[in-house]
Amino acid sequence: MSPWFYINALLIVGSAVAAMSLRNLVHCALSLAVTFAGLALAYLQLQAQFVGFAQVLVYVGAVAILIVFAILLTRGSETSPECILSPGWLWGVGIAALTFVVSGGAILSSKLLPAIQGEVPSATVRQIGDQLMTKYVLPLEVVGLLLTASLIGAVIIAMRQKEEGQ
Amino acid sequence: MTPLAAYLFLAALLFAVGLGGALARRNAIIVLIGIELMLNAANLNFIAFWRYGPNPEPLTGILFVLFSIGIAAAEAAVGLAIIMAVYRHYRTSNVDRITSLKG
Repeated sequence: MSPWFYINALLIVGSAVAAMSLRNLVHCALSLAVTFAGLALAYLQLQAQFVGFAQVLVYVGAVAILIVFAILLTRGSETSPECILSPGWLWGVGIAALTFVVSGGAILSSKLLPAIQGEVPSATVRQIGDQLMTKYVLPLEVVGLLLTASLIGAVIIAMRQKEEGQ
Repeated sequence: MTPLAAYLFLAALLFAVGLGGALARRNAIIVLIGIELMLNAANLNFIAFWRYGPNPEPLTGILFVLFSIGIAAAEAAVGLAIIMAVYRHYRTSNVDRITSLKG
């Protein structure tokens, strides 16, 4: 493994832990953006350029901004004096640690993981577009429909109170 | 450790961090952020298997992740809209105070 992998892994995990543990919600959202950018870097290291740029556009560009807007609209940026952890937080952390131990142990002890392949599977943007328009055209349309429906639904859910008030 | 195992290990760690945050924090937005982290860990697994696993069809892994990113974007939009609607109704985004349905 190259040292860049370890640097990037440290960046991803460190910023993810910060996003989950900081007190100020705006700081959490900014740490989350760093995590998403680190994941895009990991995709680039894995030779999946298209997914890396899609990650930057969708997650760093859209989802992080959406979360910042939601934090500001729910006044989450004002830090409250009360505890940030829910009463049963020890259970939650314990379950998460148990999940990590089980899955990490399974990865380390697995004999089924395939050996390293020499050649990189080729995936140019032309090939991806070709496949999206021929073999995967039905899933693409379904995802388009789902995105349209969910965005209209999101607007309606967020607006309902206003209509009732008028 | 092979590169594939290293990436899977990183994804497992990211998943555990997201799960811990989603279960332990009080604020609904942080819970949603934890769910996003778990989805991203799954995407990293897909790409790692695409890169290092056997590939009968070279584009399946990439397209799976692209569709997964689309679904996650829809989930984030609807989830944040629900959080805003709940905030308007209860004047809080603390999931421990939203107890109307609690038995």
